[in-house]
Amino acid sequence: MKVKQVSVFLENRAGRMAEVARLLGDHGINIRALSIADTANFGILRLIVNDVVRAEKVFRDAGFTVDLTDVIAIEVPDTPGGLASILDTLNQAGFSIEYLYAFVEKSADKAVVVFRFEDTEVVLKVIHTLGIRALTAEQVYAM
Amino acid sequence: MIFEEKDECMEREALRALQGKRLRETVERAYNKVPFYKKTLDEVGVVPSDINSIDDIVKLPFTVKDDFRREYPFGLFSVPMKEIVRLHASSGTTGKPTVVGYTRGDVATWGRCAARTLACGGGTADDILQNAYGYGLFTGGLGLHYGGETLGATVIPMSGGNSKKQLMLMQDFGTTLLSCTPSYALQLAEVADEEGMDFKAFQLKAGFFGAEPWTEEMRIQIEQKLNLKALDIYGLSEVTGPGVASECLEQNGLHVFEDHFYPEIIDPETGQPVAPGQQGELVFTCITKQAMPLLRYRTRDITSLIEEPCPCGRTSRKMRRVTGRTDDMLIIRGVNVFPSQIESVLMSVEGTEPHYVIVVDRSGTMDDLEIRVEVCRENFSDEIRKLEELRQRIRHEIHSVLGLHATISLMEPKSIERSLGKAVRVIDSRATANKKA
Repeated sequence: MKVKQVSVFLENRAGRMAEVARLLGDHGINIRALSIADTANFGILRLIVNDVVRAEKVFRDAGFTVDLTDVIAIEVPDTPGGLASILDTLNQAGFSIEYLYAFVEKSADKAVVVFRFEDTEVVLKVIHTLGIRALTAEQVYAM
Repeated sequence: MIFEEKDECMEREALRALQGKRLRETVERAYNKVPFYKKTLDEVGVVPSDINSIDDIVKLPFTVKDDFRREYPFGLFSVPMKEIVRLHASSGTTGKPTVVGYTRGDVATWGRCAARTLACGGGTADDILQNAYGYGLFTGGLGLHYGGETLGATVIPMSGGNSKKQLMLMQDFGTTLLSCTPSYALQLAEVADEEGMDFKAFQLKAGFFGAEPWTEEMRIQIEQKLNLKALDIYGLSEVTGPGVASECLEQNGLHVFEDHFYPEIIDPETGQPVAPGQQGELVFTCITKQAMPLLRYRTRDITSLIEEPCPCGRTSRKMRRVTGRTDDMLIIRGVNVFPSQIESVLMSVEGTEPHYVIVVDRSGTMDDLEIRVEVCRENFSDEIRKLEELRQRIRHEIHSVLGLHATISLMEPKSIERSLGKAVRVIDSRATANKKA
């Protein structure tokens, strides 16, 4: 149920994101979810795409520093307080979240949120016992 | 193997006597055949008969790079052009290039000295040398080429660039010796990585890296990545080219082939010799050159000499790794900074590859030091916090070494220009900033 996120290093300069979007578009890669974390000097682009292996190669061939990161995609009730209850549960279980971001699309009446935990393996072992549904990689890439 | 054991392992006293004899002959030739030397020797009142031993070398005036420019192109030659069989020239950053000429005998001597260099690193006639120094006016390419042939090795005259082909032939031909600039060696490692090639499957034994300053930390990286012994070699076209001094497998200083090139270390401010073992500017006198006798040439390279005998058996003195140049020293907020110091810090901070550029600019009255460092796969993280920690670590280390606060900018790979020849590591915009102000 591990999902591969494509993480890319970007210099903080005008037009860089447009170049990245164009690069993926030209290679027929569809972005499912994305988030950018940035500082004054640089940024990190995090992407969920339909074809991880290809996306990584496209970035590498274009000379980017790119890495694959294990994340977990969790279904969240698409109602007020839906995310809060999931976060409470994770917090009580003692899991430390590095960052999270939401999906571009939602599946039916559920929203999907991507979580990057400090220790993904440990979370994966017990997450089903918490009544939280993590999506499989296949489900996520095909969304 | 020692290529010319009789010459390279000569007793010190016999060597000094030989050096004295050759210096006298050189001064005679220079004085009688080159108007420039006649003039400079007359100015200090020295005639060839004043030179009776190698110790008398201190009586001679210095030669500097500007003298080559003033005597451009052939003013320093001591033989007629029909005896000159080769010309080389170093890229002048300003104005005319520095031109050097060689007789047939000079080319042969140079070839033997470059062969000594390869033998210093364990090279023999059984080896295959891939020479990735640039061929042309630059002495690196042809210097190592003739060295390899003189040694009897098989030489692949690759020249620089075309990294994928370099790697393919390296693998297919079973290259055992590599010669190139240290920054190009790292670039080859990078390309091999991208191509999914593993140097453990290659036959490389030793690499001969020079033409630009590099560090011990860089040596460790090159040795790990290319799976070979990385050796520092030294040479400059004014003196002959590669083959002036080379590390042996002890990797502790570069043997100066001082039966041909006599080294001194001087205080760059006063011109006086420093105490034995002390650091200063390296000065060379070519005591066997036929086409171009060179007296006390100031190289502007900063290093020191090692007088202690070397376990390898060669009796020549060794020079330490060049740590900087008298003319690339930056003065930033009153602090003397050598780019090599910054490189050393970057290499010591885990995971940082030495692709960097130092940018010095002035805002108002203050000098700003910025160091741009490329982010590579080894030091990248998907977390901002970890990359910020990397920046802080570099900033902190720079401050503890130089006492200066620097701005550290993380850059995308390949955004800093790669070098096939000498790397441009410094952009100093202060002069233009002043003009604008």
